[in-house]
Amino acid sequence: MSHHILELKDLYFSYPDGTEALKGISFKIFHGESVGIAGSNGSGKTTLLLNLAGHLLPTKGEVSIGEILLTKKTRHEIRRKVGLVFQRPDDQLFMPTVYEDVAFGPVNLGLPSEKVDERVRNALEMVGCLNLINRPPHRISEGQKSAVAIATVMAMKPDILVMDEPASNLDPKSRRQLINLLKGFKHTKIVASHDLDLILDVCERCMIMKDGEIVADGPAEEVLFNEALLGENNLELPLSRQNSRLSFR
Amino acid sequence: MSFDREYFNVGYLDSLSYRDTFVHKLDPRVKVLVSFIFILFVVSFPKYDLSGLMPYFIYPVFLLTAGDIPVKAIAKKVLYISPFAIFIGIFNPLLDTEVVLTLSGLPVTGGWISFLSIIVKFILTVSTALLLIAVTSFPGICEALARMKLPKVFVIQLLFLYRYLFVLLEEALRMLRARDARSSGKQGKDIKTFIRLISVLLLRTIERAERIYQAMLSRGFRGEIRVLNRHKLGIQDILFVIFSVGMFYIFRNFNIVGFLGETVSRSIR
Amino acid sequence: MHMADALLSPAVGGTFWAGTLAAIAYAAKKLREKMDERLIPLMGVLGAFIFAGQMINFTIPGTGSSGHLGGGMLLAILLGPYAAFLVMSSVLIIQALFFADGGLLALGANIWNLGIYPCLIGYPLIYRLMVKKNSSPKMIAFASILAVVVSLQLGAFSVVSQTKLSGITELPFSTFMMLMLPIHLPIGIVEGIVTAGIVNYVRSLRPDLVENIESVKVLPSGGSLKKIIVVIALFAVLAGGVFSWFASTYPDGLEWSIEKIYGKPELPEKAHPVTEMLSEIQKKTAILPDYSLPAVKEEEKKPSWPSVDTGTSLSGLSGGIMVLGSVFIFGIGVKLVRRLRKRT
Repeated sequence: MSHHILELKDLYFSYPDGTEALKGISFKIFHGESVGIAGSNGSGKTTLLLNLAGHLLPTKGEVSIGEILLTKKTRHEIRRKVGLVFQRPDDQLFMPTVYEDVAFGPVNLGLPSEKVDERVRNALEMVGCLNLINRPPHRISEGQKSAVAIATVMAMKPDILVMDEPASNLDPKSRRQLINLLKGFKHTKIVASHDLDLILDVCERCMIMKDGEIVADGPAEEVLFNEALLGENNLELPLSRQNSRLSFR
Repeated sequence: MSFDREYFNVGYLDSLSYRDTFVHKLDPRVKVLVSFIFILFVVSFPKYDLSGLMPYFIYPVFLLTAGDIPVKAIAKKVLYISPFAIFIGIFNPLLDTEVVLTLSGLPVTGGWISFLSIIVKFILTVSTALLLIAVTSFPGICEALARMKLPKVFVIQLLFLYRYLFVLLEEALRMLRARDARSSGKQGKDIKTFIRLISVLLLRTIERAERIYQAMLSRGFRGEIRVLNRHKLGIQDILFVIFSVGMFYIFRNFNIVGFLGETVSRSIR
Repeated sequence: MHMADALLSPAVGGTFWAGTLAAIAYAAKKLREKMDERLIPLMGVLGAFIFAGQMINFTIPGTGSSGHLGGGMLLAILLGPYAAFLVMSSVLIIQALFFADGGLLALGANIWNLGIYPCLIGYPLIYRLMVKKNSSPKMIAFASILAVVVSLQLGAFSVVSQTKLSGITELPFSTFMMLMLPIHLPIGIVEGIVTAGIVNYVRSLRPDLVENIESVKVLPSGGSLKKIIVVIALFAVLAGGVFSWFASTYPDGLEWSIEKIYGKPELPEKAHPVTEMLSEIQKKTAILPDYSLPAVKEEEKKPSWPSVDTGTSLSGLSGGIMVLGSVFIFGIGVKLVRRLRKRT
């Protein structure tokens, strides 16, 4: 088994106004794993992701990516290793054209322009949006925006891809395309979502969060088919699982 | 004009600006420069020189036709804003009543001539401004401004504004629809409701700025933003400038119109 | 109120463009010195907000007419004068291009009138001096109204001066002033109220966000405040000079035109009530006649009236029609060429 790529040791985080959002979280994620994080609103999913990606610094405890421990000094390096795709693609695509958005990361890495160009094209190819390369972001569809947002992160060649509610604004077709895309990625993936069917499709492992703690962690099919567990956490069985138990009248 | 309409108009002009005609492909610096020079020439005409302005229509007509811009879009806008110019200009015929020529018996005062001159100048300048954006995308204009040495922080902020323009318009539209759905008729339009609505929009906007900033940080932002320069001056750009400005100069300093008129009336006799 | 290209002369338009560009460069420089990188997305997005906000109408109580947000003062309160000025300029640029509000030449003057006065004068010299960290909502309202009213009056005055200095319109200076200044008073009061209303409401809803922004603002140092005051003093002198010059020429202009009008036999009926009304207004603006001034060059005023050049002679007119016709044919020709090219 490959070495772990992400490790959380007893992570605590409180917001400036005193709210304790994360209460002692510990887990390890291994190279190449795809992990889902499910939980109701307010469970702390987004806060956890922001800590993982170095946007927030732990109040107590440790976050390590590879060999690097997250501190004020190492945050920039951590941010390079963790590609965080935020919830709303509109907020991630802020440049005048798709090309410049995807190039933003590589340019900030200090790469020369031919390399930047190469990274941009490869990343767009990966998400199937190469034809959008010169378009302005406000003239592409929501699904395309989600895909391009992923490309902006992939162009930095992160070690881990972390996504917060990737399909929340998508119509069914775009959602399906996104799922297929993610299934094809060999990267280490962490996906936080309400969409349990998406997690089921994309992730082998799933954790459930409640009130800032991890209350379950195991193979996705075990965790997500445990009705009692889900019920305790304001969740329901994935829709695909619900259907198979419908009786035909 | 209602919010819906104005939103649509902005979006429409914006979508036209990404087309691919000969005019669209000209370097934006050239288009901005020539349009500006055009306007300078047009407004430099003295108040009674009405017919000297006529040849200048060739520039907006060229942009319109070669840029494949629908006439209706431009004409509607020009008409819509004309009341202001008419309101100010109408004082001319009211105050300047010296008759300067008679047209088949009808006396025409200097005031009417200068009024028409204002109207013609208005049509020429306003249509040119609209056509400029219709044939040059806004990022193109920003590139032109940056290369003409406007401060970088200003241009970058302009680009951000443009990027989120439609997002904000969408949000505002949604809020307005919600307001209209909840208030029948005029109720929703009072100042108090407006303040509430706008404040909420403002707060959402500030939060959005924070999210954008986080997204920028996540991709390594350290304070510098680099924007692409996509255009290089080509021979067609240089020719365009020389030809246009040359024409404007000739129209201003040679009485083409009078000459044409006299030649024709002489040959008729 | 926006200036329009058609009412400007190249000299006036060009001068104000130069002034505006200088102000933009200055504000950008000031900003760069102390800017928090968070400001960049914030400025852009707030600009989009103002643009969208301006498109929402509300009814002004008592009159039934609709008003809308100007935004300059609100921006200054949120972002500080320099950033606010840059954002306001951007909003005006977008309006000039997409709505043709004013025009490209007038844009320089518009940015000056609608950007500099609220952001670089009204805010730092009035609002900022009156409002402290814990000022009451009433204080904020009062300061906001005062600052906005002053800014709008300055703006209105500038529009009138710019128009008159350009010499395109016959609209007499003090009539225009009598129209513009009083109208912008209630407009200013309403905008001041709305601005304060927004500031107070936002403060009460999300004091944390307001705190955030306070930390990011770039404010003028004592030194730059002094500079601003010097510039204003100069401007006041200049404005006073311009104002009085026109004040002195105006009575002559009006009398002269009245003389001309009464001297002409075939007189359109319209002129009478108008000039009578104007002379009424002129009598009311009693301040003007008391000004003692340098010699009024009446001869300079005259040439502009009767000097009508070939443009208005008959051949000029027919020539003009022919030119328009040729331009029209030219346009059709271009369209044909495009269509042919598309086929090949």
